[in-house]
Amino acid sequence: MDAFVLQILNGLDKGSAYALIALGLTLVFGTLGVVNFAHGALFMLGAFCAVSVQKILTLEQVVLDPDQLTAWGTPMEIRTPYIEAWLGDYGAVLIDYSVPFSILFAIPFMLLIGIAMERGLIRHFYKRPHADQILVTFGLAIVVQEIVKAQFGANPIPQPAPDVVAGSADIGLLLGFAEGMVVYPWWRIVFLFFSASILASVFAFLRFTTFGMVVRAGMADRETVGLLGIDIDRRFTIVFGLAAVVAGLAGVMYTPILSPDYHMGMDFLVLSFVVVVVGGMGSLEGAVAAGLLLGILQSFASMNEIKSILPGIDQIIIYLIAVVVLLVRPRGLLGREGVMED
Amino acid sequence: MKKIIATQSNLSVMLIFIAVVLSAPLWLTPIGANYPDLLQKFAIFGIFAIGFNILFGLTGYLSFGHAVFLGIGSYAAVWSFKLLTMNVVPAIIFGIVLSGLFAAVIGFISLRRSGIYFSILTLAFAQMSYNLAYSVLTPITNGETGLQLRIHDPRVLDAAAAEQSGIPSTTLFGLSMSGYSGFYFCAVVLILAFYVSLKIFRSPFGLKLQAIKSNQTRMKYTGFNTRPYLLTAFIISGMYAGLAGALMAVTDPLAGAERMQWTASGEVVLMTILGGAGTLIGPLLGVGIIKYFENIFSALNEDALHTIFNFLPEFLENFLVLITHPFVGEGWHLTLGALFMIIVIFLPGGVMEGINRVSNFVKGKYFSDDSGPDSKAESRLQPGDAGGE
Amino acid sequence: MDQIQKPKADYSLAMQGESEMENNSVLEITDVNKNFGGLRALADVNLSIEEGKIHAIIGPNGAGKSTLLNVCIGRLAPDTGSVTFGGKNMVGLQPHEINHAGMVRVFQTPEIFPDLTLLQNVMIPALAKRDGMFCFNAFKDMRDQKDIQDEADHALEDVGLIKFRNNMAATISRGDKRRLELAMGLIQHPKLLLLDEPTAGMARHDTNRTIELLQKIKERGMTKVIIEHDMHVVFSLADHISVLAQGEIIVSGAPDEIRGNPIVKEAYLGGEEL
Repeated sequence: MDAFVLQILNGLDKGSAYALIALGLTLVFGTLGVVNFAHGALFMLGAFCAVSVQKILTLEQVVLDPDQLTAWGTPMEIRTPYIEAWLGDYGAVLIDYSVPFSILFAIPFMLLIGIAMERGLIRHFYKRPHADQILVTFGLAIVVQEIVKAQFGANPIPQPAPDVVAGSADIGLLLGFAEGMVVYPWWRIVFLFFSASILASVFAFLRFTTFGMVVRAGMADRETVGLLGIDIDRRFTIVFGLAAVVAGLAGVMYTPILSPDYHMGMDFLVLSFVVVVVGGMGSLEGAVAAGLLLGILQSFASMNEIKSILPGIDQIIIYLIAVVVLLVRPRGLLGREGVMED
Repeated sequence: MKKIIATQSNLSVMLIFIAVVLSAPLWLTPIGANYPDLLQKFAIFGIFAIGFNILFGLTGYLSFGHAVFLGIGSYAAVWSFKLLTMNVVPAIIFGIVLSGLFAAVIGFISLRRSGIYFSILTLAFAQMSYNLAYSVLTPITNGETGLQLRIHDPRVLDAAAAEQSGIPSTTLFGLSMSGYSGFYFCAVVLILAFYVSLKIFRSPFGLKLQAIKSNQTRMKYTGFNTRPYLLTAFIISGMYAGLAGALMAVTDPLAGAERMQWTASGEVVLMTILGGAGTLIGPLLGVGIIKYFENIFSALNEDALHTIFNFLPEFLENFLVLITHPFVGEGWHLTLGALFMIIVIFLPGGVMEGINRVSNFVKGKYFSDDSGPDSKAESRLQPGDAGGE
Repeated sequence: MDQIQKPKADYSLAMQGESEMENNSVLEITDVNKNFGGLRALADVNLSIEEGKIHAIIGPNGAGKSTLLNVCIGRLAPDTGSVTFGGKNMVGLQPHEINHAGMVRVFQTPEIFPDLTLLQNVMIPALAKRDGMFCFNAFKDMRDQKDIQDEADHALEDVGLIKFRNNMAATISRGDKRRLELAMGLIQHPKLLLLDEPTAGMARHDTNRTIELLQKIKERGMTKVIIEHDMHVVFSLADHISVLAQGEIIVSGAPDEIRGNPIVKEAYLGGEEL
């Protein structure tokens, strides 16, 4: 039972990352009609926002201290981050909280990237076949990925969670388990709540604002909304920016769980696409539901008890489910009729 | 160029093709691409891309998991080397047959859907195969290390000629398959593969596949059962990939799971599009360009760049090195991605479309009366019409 | 619209027509019903198409004409009732199977192969006729298929498109696309050709050319069902006319009977003099 709860938590964690990426992917697809293979790169860029912020915060000043000598007899170098030298303890706190702090930086940055991407590239592909869209965004993803690789190197760069939440929580106690049965890292719990609130705010935004209503109407029937004389172009840009921000924030917050490297975007993209298709192309609820579902199933499949019965199932479960869903329910779990069909 | 091919007889096309392929070591010398390793790669990936083009170019079904068949072909060939003989013929046959069988199964399921759903299904199968090859199938694939030949492999058919020291090399009835002999063997296979593709492109079967790409619904109401057509095309292109995979094992008897990864599938898509999907020689051009970039550009480093721009004044030299440096060596993928975007944005028909445009432009300039029906037939791959939906 | 009465006299007229052609009918539509949600698109439709004749189905917009056609070619499954063609039940068959049974539809919005040349467009249905539903002839050369090419040239000649034979189908005008459609249907020599508004959106002189063409091929003994708005077309071609309104056949008979029928005038023609 305790293992069961742990796997559900693990699955929700992973699943909410899938859900956040898939949400943007399907939002862009549903409104703009564009299949964006560079969406994973946005997730990765978000993660590298956190890396950059941490790098900047930990830029060090080097002071030679003649009083202390190293083993070689040279004066010892005292390294202090500038920010600590300037702001004292506040600086230290800032470094400690560099991951959540980078959200402030990531939001405008991702918005800018999203808008630039839509205006500069995606816009010209609205009328082109889906195959072209896939290919050009695939090319863009490679470019972004290579630039990041050139800047930050090929190795994963670990990002520490703030000290307060670096440990683990014995949440089993809350659920009536014995002590030490269900121990879960604090940061993953934070991530879970963070994702939930992002998802909730995106849905609230789409449901309760005029803008969101137009977007949802656009997802249901693009032509009609276009005919209403609404300036759909500007909204498309904003939708794309929004999707970029959501993916970027997911990337920022996921860094303490998975050390970012340049190809993490591609890895998540493939899975997120599967999630979108399982959920149903163009269905926001479907994307979230499928993300969580697949995350949980993947967690369960990686349990030793299950692996001993079905060896290798943890490696293929998501894809296997995708195949089955596509064959049994061609439109995905919550897909609508007439989306991407010929 | 396409026009020339579209009107020439099979014989003349093949004669030109054979001459070009067999003389490749000569005419590739000036650009420094004449060493056997690279030539083999050109031929092998050429076969892979030709096969992929039979599916994607003719039917418009974009498979994102074609590298699976490449991997299966390699594994089958290496196992043939291990268990049966170092002769390449059975290895290639096994590679083709096994990948054909897998293509039949994967195709049968994936082709129940079309459009992006088909792409995702093939991608899902590819990822499953890749993940399994890395994990539970280790006894067959040797996991991360990759499947290799060993001295003590049984090789039942070679038993007579045993008593060898070291790992034997692959042979074609005694002819060693390394270096130039390896290239010429691949080149002959490439020529055969191209001939089959030429026949398919010009056959009623090929025309029907093109019609499916153009308007599948209409095909059904015209009295065709489209699924067997698509499945046949899928199996043929899977067998081409298996053949390419087997040839990889022939030239270098090693098979690793990374050959099946979806990035490898993406690469063949890239090569085909870059050259021009749906054209006969476009995919080969794409392969040539990409493999050339990979091998030549990725070997360049800063010093080499300085040597190249040496003839310029120093500030200009430094400036050019500064600009080009990120695009070569480690960064050749960046060049690839950028090039790919440029092609998709400006030349959706790939290099072949560029060649056509240039040749039409030149013709239009010098022979202003060239507006006959044929010139309209040339503009096949215009943006927007590709009918990908 | 419920005010349209269905007097018994008219019904008997239809019955009478049916009994006359019972022996040599190719297509039998029996008690077909089709609902879309709450909307009744077809209500107990009975229709029998006589061999070798041109049968027109007319009716106001939304009367269910296209639905009826879609039911015939298997694009839609009827809720109840049966469609028998040449003695075989067509319900539940795949589109390509219906095609090979000999029932071919010419689409209202041109469904052509935009990326192929006109000649290729017409060769495809000819190949379907010759090769069947599936044939792996990957090692024959298309340029050696002289019979198919001649046949296709002939069909293009018939519809007056031979001068465009090597053009891409996407590049020709809409009216030409309609005629290309027609050529694609005719080349298969179907037992029954279903024409969905073959002249809709055509200029007057194009319409006349199409009528001429249809009259010309009438002698070949091909049965045709035409759905049409244009009364000029209907009365210059049809041997038999059925009037569909509100998903029901209200009248069925020879052109002269329809022309003079007051119910038809009221229901469809709005009292307009024919």
